[in-house]
Amino acid sequence: MSATAARDIAPAPISAHERPSPLTRSRVRAAWAFVAPTLFVLALIAGWPLARTIWFSLTDANLNNLSDYAFIGFENYLVHDNGEWLGLLVDPEWWRSVWNTVWFTLVSVSIETVLGIVVALMLNAAFPGRGIMRAIILIPWAIPTVVSAKMWNWMLHDQFGVINDMLLRLGLIASPIIWTANPDTALWAVVMVDVWKATPFMALLILAALQMLPQDIYEAARVDGIHPVRVFFRVTLPLIRPALLVAVIFRALDALRVFDLIYVLTANSRDTMSMSAYARQQLVDFQEVGFGSAASTLIFLIIALLVVITIVVGRVRLSEDAQ
Amino acid sequence: MKLLSRIGFWLLVLVIALFALFPFYYAVLSSLRSGSELFSVAYWPERLDGSNYIAVFQRQPFGQNILNSILVAGTVVALSLALSVLAAYAFGRIAFRGRSILLMTILGVSMFPQVAVLSGMFEMIRSFGLYNTLPGLILANMMLTLPFTVWVLTTFMRELPKEIEEAALVDGATPAIIVRRVFLPLMAPAAVTTGLLAFVVSWNEFLFALTFTLTNERRTVPPAIALMTGSSAYELPWGTIMAASVIVTLPIIALVLVFQRRIVAGLTAGAVKG
Repeated sequence: MSATAARDIAPAPISAHERPSPLTRSRVRAAWAFVAPTLFVLALIAGWPLARTIWFSLTDANLNNLSDYAFIGFENYLVHDNGEWLGLLVDPEWWRSVWNTVWFTLVSVSIETVLGIVVALMLNAAFPGRGIMRAIILIPWAIPTVVSAKMWNWMLHDQFGVINDMLLRLGLIASPIIWTANPDTALWAVVMVDVWKATPFMALLILAALQMLPQDIYEAARVDGIHPVRVFFRVTLPLIRPALLVAVIFRALDALRVFDLIYVLTANSRDTMSMSAYARQQLVDFQEVGFGSAASTLIFLIIALLVVITIVVGRVRLSEDAQ
Repeated sequence: MKLLSRIGFWLLVLVIALFALFPFYYAVLSSLRSGSELFSVAYWPERLDGSNYIAVFQRQPFGQNILNSILVAGTVVALSLALSVLAAYAFGRIAFRGRSILLMTILGVSMFPQVAVLSGMFEMIRSFGLYNTLPGLILANMMLTLPFTVWVLTTFMRELPKEIEEAALVDGATPAIIVRRVFLPLMAPAAVTTGLLAFVVSWNEFLFALTFTLTNERRTVPPAIALMTGSSAYELPWGTIMAASVIVTLPIIALVLVFQRRIVAGLTAGAVKG
């Protein structure tokens, strides 16, 4: 969703004759008046809670009584106590959730990128029914995540699920697979559902990039009799690479935040727990606001780092464009 | 060769369409079967049984859940649009110092992991006395929609030609009048798209809704469906869950199909422009 924000980081060119005339000054005053409500609301619902979360991560706060807590420094993160290390950074469950999330992100985004390119190329071809196809691939995107997780949960049901039934009928498996409860297949099941749901988004972003490519290159390649596969790798792919990169980064940021899909599909089991699910479990189920906030803060830092990289990449692109 | 590649292409189209549509088709199919019928797999409808659609409203306050979702998403969209039309005018049309840094900050907020604000938000919602209330959810969901609506509307606002407001400026119109008389009518299509996308975000939101509500009567649709159980431990609730899923998905699919072009434009706005 947030891919919309991706570009246009540099301010739009505004009238060249900029002198601080009375008119300009009154317009600047109006600008501040217009952005003030938005800034106030964002500070209230994003800035303040984030600051409080970071602060809580340095305390022993408990959900039962949020007003009674003590400052304990970095003990939630790491502390040496009675000859052993304790804290988030040495909790194997936390690292397991980090690994789950990273694995899920790498695998699902890679598959979505490849499939997204395939679907985008298909939609970029002129064929009867193209509009209908575009509408069809939007449907998985429109279905709420919780609902799609439930739908797939039912399809992947170990005894009565249609997926096992299909595979059995086709003779691909000998006995039903326990998809979502078995740690070996559960994350793959999550990836499958995510691919189903997020590929349309990827495909639409790539399609938009494809449609802006100049057609005369393709005309020339066709006249020269160059094989379409060669044209794709030599011409199309390099040209859409920047847009592809933006789409991949947005999907990856989204995937790193994953919560609802895994929570619903695999019943929040520890084998498949994501970083967000880990933090929420500490915060809400175990009531450990301090410890859970430490996990939240780390997730925030990881994603913030990636956002900074994104913006730097965005800047680099802009300066390339300017040349 | 040519024929072969044509066949291959149509096969690909068919496979993609099947993959995209089958889960929803199967949900509709399952929702129309009940009791022991669900213990066997069917690929075609045999006997249409609407009892799941009645049961889902009788066994739990699902009507209330839907109403909650509509109230939350509707209010979130209205507030986000009202705030962001003003902000987008300032960001898109007026040069002022600190503009890019503010825009970057807002972009950053749109990438916040929700869980990063969870404990702070929990504390705030509780201290406002909004725990387990709809206003609490509205407040929380604004964090997800507002940065995004500001960004998209700013992008749209920038694309409008400069001449549009020059005449009004010459006539001495104030910024407030310019926004209301000149930009508001022009922004209507963009606002519809952005509002629709924000509506979908709020309609689908799960983490806040799960954490900041307690009773079934106050839940929105996603946690209601996620926490749905059968009438006994031995009953498979899948029929009713699928019925609930179909009920809440159909309106969204209808909206998406009607506004298809606009949604694609909204999703890709700014994302690919060089």
